[in-house]
Amino acid sequence: MAVQISPAAAEDTPDDDDPSAPDDVDDLEELEIQLLLDGILQRYGYDFRNYAAASLRRRVRLIVEKERVPSVSALQERILRESSCMARFITSLSVPVTAMFRDPSFFRALRDEVVPLLRTYPFVRIWHAGCSTGEEVYSLAILLMEEDIYERCRIYATDLSDASLQCATTGIYDLARMRDYTKNYQLYGGRQNFAAYYTSDRERVIFSPRLRKNIVFSQHNLVSDGPFNEFNLILCRNVMIYFDQALRQRVLQLLDVSLCRLGVLGVGRKESLEFSQLAPRFSELPSNVRLYKKER
Amino acid sequence: MSDYTKKSASASSGTWPATYLPAGGQATPRLVALGASAGGLHAVSLILSGLPADFSGSLAIVQHRRSDESSLLRELLERKSRLPVVEPCHGTPIQAGHVYLAPADYHLLVEPGYFALSVDPPIACSRPSIDVLFESAALAYRSRTIAVVLTGANADGAQGAAHVYKVGGTVIVQDPADAEVPTCPAATLERVPGATVLPLLEIAGQLTALCRDAYSSETATL
Repeated sequence: MAVQISPAAAEDTPDDDDPSAPDDVDDLEELEIQLLLDGILQRYGYDFRNYAAASLRRRVRLIVEKERVPSVSALQERILRESSCMARFITSLSVPVTAMFRDPSFFRALRDEVVPLLRTYPFVRIWHAGCSTGEEVYSLAILLMEEDIYERCRIYATDLSDASLQCATTGIYDLARMRDYTKNYQLYGGRQNFAAYYTSDRERVIFSPRLRKNIVFSQHNLVSDGPFNEFNLILCRNVMIYFDQALRQRVLQLLDVSLCRLGVLGVGRKESLEFSQLAPRFSELPSNVRLYKKER
Repeated sequence: MSDYTKKSASASSGTWPATYLPAGGQATPRLVALGASAGGLHAVSLILSGLPADFSGSLAIVQHRRSDESSLLRELLERKSRLPVVEPCHGTPIQAGHVYLAPADYHLLVEPGYFALSVDPPIACSRPSIDVLFESAALAYRSRTIAVVLTGANADGAQGAAHVYKVGGTVIVQDPADAEVPTCPAATLERVPGATVLPLLEIAGQLTALCRDAYSSETATL
């Protein structure tokens, strides 16, 4: 059945919240978003169709405003014709929200509960899936270094966004954020002077290259790319909250096959394996900070 | 009813799983989306203590709060409630007779049948934002959404409530004269003149009645 588009509805902007607007504005916008995502998939190969719908819709609306176009359809035209607009779309769709030692209790549990396990391996492979601009990867490197097992570790840090990865690779961050990061580091229970890990000028800091020595930054799309190694530890935090149920299950499956037996999976504070097909085979570590051990 | 025909016709990206589709009428329980800001703890507690143990709707609450990791607010509210109070994770299924509290520092959104969370930037300094909850609820639950706006010192919730009203949902506003801080309810009334205005003490009873009416014998189990 075709969607009826009345002339009145067609003239309405999608973000119109006038209570007297026709009811099918919502449906029209939904159709436009669907077409946009189909177009992006065909033109650029990125598949956003299973992103959580309500959040995605909000973000698309914001992008429509930011690009100063009148509608989602107009945004579609620009994205299909200008790859620079597509790059901006990807960046704004997954706004990097990250911090060094974000959720200090998570990193503390990583040190106290997971590192002892990692020590039992001669060689440790770690996958940080969705590493964004890299703050948490460097935090992990610092942690491993202070525990004296960094040398036997290799960290594969991947993200969908090239722009984020570029930033992560440089290890350059705003000086202004160091105050919060230092606080997080102390809450985590860091054993050094945090400033020893970076060099700063007036505005920015650059983290020591020795932290980056065993990190491989690379693009990987959790939606469309497959497993590429077997890991002892996988961190995938606050990534799956962008996905709908079906995609979340698919990505969990990917993480599952990428994890060795007795390997550990760490997810975000408000992500849980509770309602997933992994639940019966994974047990949460005692600290209760969303670290799960694969039992079989 | 017609909502669903329209939904399926437009091949919705957020299509309801088959089990949630209405079998000859309203089969899924109603969703009550409740927003409160300044002065909200007392107001929300009072409503929770007025809901019966067999309350048949699902209740999602955004209470503006400080951003920290603690679950103190949940514990405080659970003490007042006969229903379980949960801070949902991303993907937590929405069940009847449960109270869901938006976790600190995340937006709480409704998808068909489950909750989603987001770390998108705060809206008007608020994360969780009441507008975000209301708008997503209106999209997923349509006319079966009941939006409740309680005491608060800003306009968060007004725009979302207008959205709920537009899709045929119910909007209940705490009587501004009765609210600890009247800005929030007053702003909502300005946007939604057709909203039902009730004193705080009557809201729980009204919600119970509305949800009971909607929840007929043929309901699907969630």
